[in-house]
Amino acid sequence: MRRTRTRMAALLAVAALALAGCGGGDDSGGSSGAASPGEIKVFAAASLTAAFTRIGEQFTAANGGTKVTFNFAGSQALATQIQQSAPADVFASADLANMDKVKDLVGTPQNLASNQLQIVVEKGNPKSIQGLDDLANPDLKVVLAAPDVPAGKYAAEALGKADVTVRPVSEEDNVKAVITKVSLGEADAGIVYVTDVTAGGDKVEGVDVPEELNVLATYPIATVKASQAQDQAQAFMDLVLSAEGQQALKEYGFLPPPTT
Amino acid sequence: MPALFAVPAAVAVAFLAVPLLGLLGRTPWGSIAAELATPRVLEALRLSLVCSLGAVAVSVVLGVPLAFLLARVEFPGRNLVRALTTLPMVLPPVVGGVALLLAFGRRGLAGQWLDQWFGITLPFTTAGAILAEAFVAMPFLVISTEAGLRAMDRRFEDAAATLGAGRWLTFRRVTLPLIAPSLFAGIALCWARALGEFGATITFAGNLPGVTQTMPLAVYIALETDLEAAIALSLVLLAISLVVLVALRDRWFPTA
Repeated sequence: MRRTRTRMAALLAVAALALAGCGGGDDSGGSSGAASPGEIKVFAAASLTAAFTRIGEQFTAANGGTKVTFNFAGSQALATQIQQSAPADVFASADLANMDKVKDLVGTPQNLASNQLQIVVEKGNPKSIQGLDDLANPDLKVVLAAPDVPAGKYAAEALGKADVTVRPVSEEDNVKAVITKVSLGEADAGIVYVTDVTAGGDKVEGVDVPEELNVLATYPIATVKASQAQDQAQAFMDLVLSAEGQQALKEYGFLPPPTT
Repeated sequence: MPALFAVPAAVAVAFLAVPLLGLLGRTPWGSIAAELATPRVLEALRLSLVCSLGAVAVSVVLGVPLAFLLARVEFPGRNLVRALTTLPMVLPPVVGGVALLLAFGRRGLAGQWLDQWFGITLPFTTAGAILAEAFVAMPFLVISTEAGLRAMDRRFEDAAATLGAGRWLTFRRVTLPLIAPSLFAGIALCWARALGEFGATITFAGNLPGVTQTMPLAVYIALETDLEAAIALSLVLLAISLVVLVALRDRWFPTA
C-alpha cells in the first residue's frame, strides 16, 4: 500500500513538473492571441537577435514599459508563420524575397540594414582556412544554412561567384545554428553573417570573404496588417529606422541599408 | 460512469480527432502521388527506413540481453539500471540530442576518443542518426521484452534443462518462442518511435538530404516553404503509425 502511494506521489510530481515546463513559456502578459497594447510581438531574422534585443530594451524604456517579445528564427520560417496567421506585429526579414512572400499581409516595407557574409571557424583557425576555395576540401566539415534560409541563399550566391562547390555535412534551419555547430567543435567551418561572428563569442573567429565575391544582404522591416497594436508596431519600426536604432545596429556590425 | 464525465470525454475525443481530420482534410489528394515521387521525398523515405530499421537492429542486439539482465539476474543497482533504461522514454528528445552531442560529438566525453583513436565521428552521419534513434527507441523494446520474460512460465526452461538442453539452445527453442509476442510488440513500438524521432536526430546528427534528413526532419524543413510536400510526408508517417497500432491492437486494446 505504501509503495503504491509513494509511486502515485512521484507520478503526480512528475506530471506537475511536466505541466509547469509546458506552460512556462508564455506566462507573462501574453495569451497566444493578439498582443495587448502593453506588449508587441516582433518576428525577426535570427541574425538580428543581439541588435534587436538591445533595441527592444530601448523601446521599452522610451514607451512607458511596453514589452517587446521576440521570435527569432529563419526568415523563411517566420514568413510562413505569418502566412498561417501567427500573431506578429512587426516582421524583419534577412532578405527581400521573404518579405515579398508576405507582401499582402504587411505594410510598406523599408530597409533597416545590410549585412555581409563571413566564413566562421573555430578560434585559432586550426584548419587554416583562408577563403571560400578552402571550403571545397572534402576533409573539412562545413555547415551551411539550408537553401531556403536567407543565409543559405546568400552563401550559395557567394560560392557561385567564387565557382566553388561545397558539400556541407548539415543544412541548418537558421544561421545561428551554424555558429553553434562551429563553436561546439562539431563543424570546422560555416558561412554566416559578419554580425553572427561578432555575436558568436570567443569560441569562434571570422575569415573574410573578399568584396568581389561577397553578397550584400538587405534586411527589410514592415508592420503586420493584422496587428492589433498598429501604433506600437509603427513606433518600434520607427525606432529601428531612427538614428538611435541605426546606431545600435552599427554597434553589432550591421551596415547601413542600401540607399536606393 | 458519472454523468459528469460525458462532456470532458467527448471533448477529449474531439481533441484527438480534429488534428487528424485537419491533416486529412488539407491533403492535396489529387497531387499526392506526384508529391511523394519527388527525389527529396523519396530520399527522406529511404533514409527513414534505413535508419529506423538500423535502430531496431541495434535495439534488438543490445536490448534483448539487457532485458534478460533486468528480468533474470539479481545484482546490486538493478533498480538504477532499470531507471536508466526508462530514462530516454521520458527525456525530451532534444535534450537527448544535446546529451548525445556532449557524449559522442567530436569534443564529446567518449566522442573525442573515437575521433582521436579511430577517426570515427558520429555527428552528421547516417550512423549518428541511427544512434540517436536507437537511444530514444531502445527502452520500448527492453521494457516490453522484460515484461514478457517476467510473465513467462520458467518451468519450461527448467524442463528443457533437465532434458539436457544447454542455455543457448534453451533460449532459442524455448524462451524465444514464449516471449515472441512481447518481443514483437517491443520491436513494433521501437520501430515506430525510431521512425518518428526528430529532436535528437536534428540536434545530434544534423540535417542533410540523403544522409541524415529523415522524414520528420523533411516535414519540418518542408513546412517552411512547401506545405504540400510537408502534408504528403505527414500522411505517410500517419499511415505507418496506424499500421503499427492495428498490428498491436490485441495487445493494447484487448477485445476480450
